[in-house]
Amino acid sequence: MSDLLTLSATEALKKLHSKEVSSVELTQAHLARIEARKHLNTYLTVNTEGALKAAQTADSAIANGEIAPLTGLPLGIKDLFCTTGIRTTAASRFLDNFVPAYESTVTQNLWNAGAVNLGKLNMDEFAMGGSGENSGYGPARNPWDDSRVPGGSSSGSAAAVADYQCYAATGSDTGGSIRQPASFTGLVGIKPTYGRCSRWGMVAFASSLDQAGMLTRTVEDAALLMEVIAGHDPKDSTSSPQAVPAWKESLGKLSLKGLRIGLPQEYFIEGLNPTIRSMIENAARQFEGEGAIVKPISLPHTQYAPAAYYIVAPAEAASNLARYDGIRYGVRKEGKNLIETYQNSRTAGFGAEVKRRIMIGNYALSSGYYDAYYTKAMQTRTLIAQDFDKAFEQVDVIFAPTAPTAAYKIGTNSADPIAMYLGDAFTIPTSLAGLPGISVNAGTIEEDGTRLPVGLQIIGPRWNEQVILQVAHAWEQLAGLTQPPFQK
Amino acid sequence: MTLPHNYEMVIGLEVHAQVTTKSKLFSGSSTAFGAEPNTQANEIDLGMPGMLPVLNTGAVDSGIKLGLAIGAAINRSSVFARKNYYYPDLPKGYQISQYDQPIVLGGKLDIDLEDGTTRTINVTRMHLEEDAGKSIHDMGSGNVSYVDLNRAGVPLMEIVSEPELRTPEEAGAYMKKLRTLLRFLEICDGDMEKGNLRCDANVSVRKIGSTELKTRCEIKNLNSIRHVMNAIQHEAERQVDVWESGKAVDQETRLWDPDAQETRTLRSKEDAHDYRYFPCPDLLPVNLTEARIEAIKTTLPELPDALKARFIQQYGLSPYDASLLTSEKTYAAYYTEMVSAGADPKLAANWMAVELFAALNKSGKDLEQSPISAAHMGELVSLITSGKISGKIAKQVFALMQEAAENGQPASPATIVEQQGLTQISDEGALKAICERAVAANPDAVAKFKAGNERIFGSFVGAVMKETKGQANPELVNKLLQEAIAAQAN
Repeated sequence: MSDLLTLSATEALKKLHSKEVSSVELTQAHLARIEARKHLNTYLTVNTEGALKAAQTADSAIANGEIAPLTGLPLGIKDLFCTTGIRTTAASRFLDNFVPAYESTVTQNLWNAGAVNLGKLNMDEFAMGGSGENSGYGPARNPWDDSRVPGGSSSGSAAAVADYQCYAATGSDTGGSIRQPASFTGLVGIKPTYGRCSRWGMVAFASSLDQAGMLTRTVEDAALLMEVIAGHDPKDSTSSPQAVPAWKESLGKLSLKGLRIGLPQEYFIEGLNPTIRSMIENAARQFEGEGAIVKPISLPHTQYAPAAYYIVAPAEAASNLARYDGIRYGVRKEGKNLIETYQNSRTAGFGAEVKRRIMIGNYALSSGYYDAYYTKAMQTRTLIAQDFDKAFEQVDVIFAPTAPTAAYKIGTNSADPIAMYLGDAFTIPTSLAGLPGISVNAGTIEEDGTRLPVGLQIIGPRWNEQVILQVAHAWEQLAGLTQPPFQK
Repeated sequence: MTLPHNYEMVIGLEVHAQVTTKSKLFSGSSTAFGAEPNTQANEIDLGMPGMLPVLNTGAVDSGIKLGLAIGAAINRSSVFARKNYYYPDLPKGYQISQYDQPIVLGGKLDIDLEDGTTRTINVTRMHLEEDAGKSIHDMGSGNVSYVDLNRAGVPLMEIVSEPELRTPEEAGAYMKKLRTLLRFLEICDGDMEKGNLRCDANVSVRKIGSTELKTRCEIKNLNSIRHVMNAIQHEAERQVDVWESGKAVDQETRLWDPDAQETRTLRSKEDAHDYRYFPCPDLLPVNLTEARIEAIKTTLPELPDALKARFIQQYGLSPYDASLLTSEKTYAAYYTEMVSAGADPKLAANWMAVELFAALNKSGKDLEQSPISAAHMGELVSLITSGKISGKIAKQVFALMQEAAENGQPASPATIVEQQGLTQISDEGALKAICERAVAANPDAVAKFKAGNERIFGSFVGAVMKETKGQANPELVNKLLQEAIAAQAN
């Protein structure tokens, strides 16, 4: 069975569409794997019946020669994406009973392409967190070492893909929530340019930053799946009318000769694990060996990015989460009057980190503080975007570590929100600038006798997902790295 | 209405006008009035997780129209912001509204006063925003309130005036003029009963001659012009009492109670919300091209003020009649059609403003529902000016026209005159004989008339009219009677 599970999505599709294997077989294999690996706490809702039904439908379609790009492919969905008739919680106890009557555009695109929904994946509550520990349903665990976090907020997505509980999973990235867990679990994680994917039906955390993306085991899978989920959606005013290029086709067609790679000095700082530092520098050197040009560059406002981010994101979140009042949906805890019902419902429904961000956000927006916090943060955001614009006049892509550390033990940072926030320091600037970024496995380091993966982050210019996919793909070939271990 | 102790009022109005669009400002739900509660609210209006607003461009075009019509600056880039507060009829926990970058800045409105004069009132700004739902209390079920979200998300224009209005009458005239303009532009139905035109009034008072702006109070949600005027008068009187008793007016939001004829505190300044405005990240700035604004400019109709000036100049109407006949597009159109049917412009204005409106008023109808067409009205007026019928007979014909039209058989006034034999007798020979008979039949009256009792002349007129069934040309009758009496003496 494991040989079916360890296929890449692209390989699985080849076997499916040549009728070597059925979607029902693949789906059953994954459902069994999910059941057997429950202790990793990856899925919040397993869509057993729905997945099998969809697999059967896919099999008859294949039999009839009606083959769409993803027909029959079992996938996992971060529980931030609303799915018609399937509970969607955003890992918040507040939405424990919430079953949407509508489908997010991203997931609808997947089902239209024939994919099968295995279920909804664990995450940090409302995508607020970098470890998965803020889930209202307990943390997901890292398959490389189950005493460690898989990263976050797309914790369940990363753990499930790395543990072969699905071929790929959707994620969402607001400040690093796809790239950082990809780094912690040895996966490919791509966050496209802001506006590339529709946010319609994706439970909002910070609207000006939230972007859907994919976690996969290969770059080819990432390119394939991104082509499906991306695209303009008239229901999201911030989604772009830009055409979606044939990304998968473009892989392997980039000449590395003369490719200009920038290494931003501000990312190679104290606090960065020295082994990780040399791994990223080595990766750049390997490209140099292929004819690429590696240049040191400067992104001077990098150090202000976390501060700006932790104003803008909570401000938007505070407003986005105001709708959770316990009246029309979600959990209601009655009080003596309306205000008390609001208070009781929100007190019971939200976890500590969500409450902390609501308070920070409302504070930053309040009269008398707005200019000092929100306005300043937005100005900083502009400066950070300009840093990148200038850098991309000199280089084609930027290489950086995805995270300053490898996956840490559950509980390490949970008492220290600042340490947790700084874990996103290398992914936040890209998010603030709205640029595409991908994390691809750079190798492993050893910690406490455990081998742990570390990600190489490749950042590209706006709307140029193609170049980062091509470079990530080239790196995959150059490094010849193995897939995450298949744990029995 | 004036204030005691030499005070004057300083009034500014914030008018909320519902934009006439089929769908809501940010969702595809219908805006039709009168549907069952909560049947016109979709996932977006309900603030479901992950739902996003998409701007209704028709509402933006309406805003541009109003801006152009009041000579305002149209912002080439405006921004929607979130106004954050909790209320049961606000599902998202915020209202999407324009804040520091509205679509329209400045502009002017000329208001028409009772005495026929006009005054220019400056408009501060106009922005677009979504309406909240409706909380319904007191449905006889005790301590329960209900929420109807049909209205949640309906597009509104908030039109803010400078504090330049000085009397409740001016405030009323401002509301009327704004309503006329909105209806001319076909961007708001202006029906205050249905709540699609509502007003908040900011009122303060000061000694006449002072230029100081004293503490103001805001009276919320006034839903008729009468309420606007009454609420302002009572609030101003209250404030004068407060100042005169040596106390200070507190800045407050107040409500008008039309039954008690008084305003009451809703919330004080201390309870004012901190709305934590910030640009809505779900929407892009509204960027307008010159081409779009130019295209909208070409769709503007002739505006009420221009039409009024034209009616005065072209038809010689009084400013009052011209204002009345241009207060609705339909009035102006009806009037113009009467004149093109050949009616004398002044007489046409008179007949329309007096006879027709009185009749419509009596039957509770709008001009659009008038049983009598403008062509027939125009023809009726021409029959008077051409001498075919007298004004008195015309009223009779008008009543018959109404009757016929209501019976589903509208008839032209000429047909009615002919069928009923109502044509005015202007045949001098025939009338002369009748007049001479009337004079000859009453020598006593002739004697009295000659003795200086001029009032008795009416008895000769009465006799002639009786014999001619009222159809005699009254001017001719006067002349012939005078001649016949004079002849008697000789």
